[in-house]
Amino acid sequence: MGGCGASRTIFRSKSPGALTGLARDLVAKDLACRRGERLVFAGLSFRLSAGEALLLTGANGSGKTSLLRVLATLIPPAGGRLFWSTVPIEADIAAYRAALHYVGHQDGVKPGLTPRETLAFWVALRGLGAGRASLLLDEALGAFALETVADWPCRWLSAGQRRRLALARLVSSPAPIWLLDEPTSALDRDSQLRLERAIVSHRASGGVVVVASHTPIDIPAAAVVSLETFAALPDHATVG
Amino acid sequence: MGAFIGLFRRDLRLAVRQGGDTGLVLGFFVLAVVLFPLAVGPEPAVLQRIGAGIVWVAALLAALLSLDRLFEADYQDGGLDLIALSSLPLELAVLAKCAAHWVATGLPLALISPFLALLVDLDPAAISVLSLSLLIGTPALSLIGSVGAALSLGARRQGVVLSILVLPLYISPLVFGAGAVEASVAGLGARAYLLILAALSLAALAFCPWASAAALRQALE
Repeated sequence: MGGCGASRTIFRSKSPGALTGLARDLVAKDLACRRGERLVFAGLSFRLSAGEALLLTGANGSGKTSLLRVLATLIPPAGGRLFWSTVPIEADIAAYRAALHYVGHQDGVKPGLTPRETLAFWVALRGLGAGRASLLLDEALGAFALETVADWPCRWLSAGQRRRLALARLVSSPAPIWLLDEPTSALDRDSQLRLERAIVSHRASGGVVVVASHTPIDIPAAAVVSLETFAALPDHATVG
Repeated sequence: MGAFIGLFRRDLRLAVRQGGDTGLVLGFFVLAVVLFPLAVGPEPAVLQRIGAGIVWVAALLAALLSLDRLFEADYQDGGLDLIALSSLPLELAVLAKCAAHWVATGLPLALISPFLALLVDLDPAAISVLSLSLLIGTPALSLIGSVGAALSLGARRQGVVLSILVLPLYISPLVFGAGAVEASVAGLGARAYLLILAALSLAALAFCPWASAAALRQALE
């Protein structure tokens, strides 16, 4: 092998839940990401069809969060392109953003608001009508067992409860693309099961999900990609 | 539109609940004005001469005091990501946050300024001009300040960086705001000054959301 050049692999994940008909595919071609001077990864390509899941693994600093932020349009890629429903995302970035949910490391929970208010605000940010929103709000709170604390100020919530509130956003306003960065951190066993159930029903309804996690999470038939494969520079921290 | 109102209401609600912002700003404003007579002496002639300037400088510093929180909290807790990904263009999100900031700080400053005007023995005829000048001028303070707040995101001593960035830009509102009161005391009529002040606020309204949004995009990368 001639050094550690960018390896280019296109892989497809085959999932039994994939629905045909709608060409709602999330496609990445030759993505590269640069943080400061460092090229974090390069030559990363994938195709996720409706109902498919992608699990990102890799050591700390291998670029899982960077990739998710590129997919969420928060970081412009240093190279490569992204397509949603066969359209390059730059063509209609607002439509793409409306189609995605990004749950990052941080929960974005304000201590001064209650979970219900927080969720209502997030739903409002996405520009949904109030009537439908309030219905989904209760469903979302229920999906992550937050009903009992729904009207407490968030400063009383535990780290796990805040995390669940951030995840409840996924249910409160439906969107076909879920980008989850370490979604299981601070979650107890029961909450993780709830998350896994939410992912299953999301995929069953034709959604796609990209999860970065280094704790075990049960996502059936997910394509797994280790970002270390796409490391663009010789990495000192070799992982066995 | 729903997203704009949602963001405005949330920021206002947070300002009211956390209480700190408005209370702190008003407390600082009152204290700063009260300090001047103690320092320069209580002679009415002196105070009348510099009163409008004192109130304006104190209002400006008070507005500055709360600006570092404008985007910082959302930046730290990841909320800014969600705002950037929302259906609301970032420029309008900035505008919503500035509007909430103004209602929580600039408006109360303008409303209590008549009492402080009494404290510095301002000509009664000029008191309404002082309040009006603050009412017209404080939106410019919030808007210009948002650019500084966005540019200084993530800086180590954010408050200091912010002051150094923003205070020079506050000179024009200060000159015309205090000038309006002086002109009305001198019997020259404050209309021209107030119109220029309104123009400054409108120019800030047209320009600052773009500049702040550009700075926020930079910070988010």
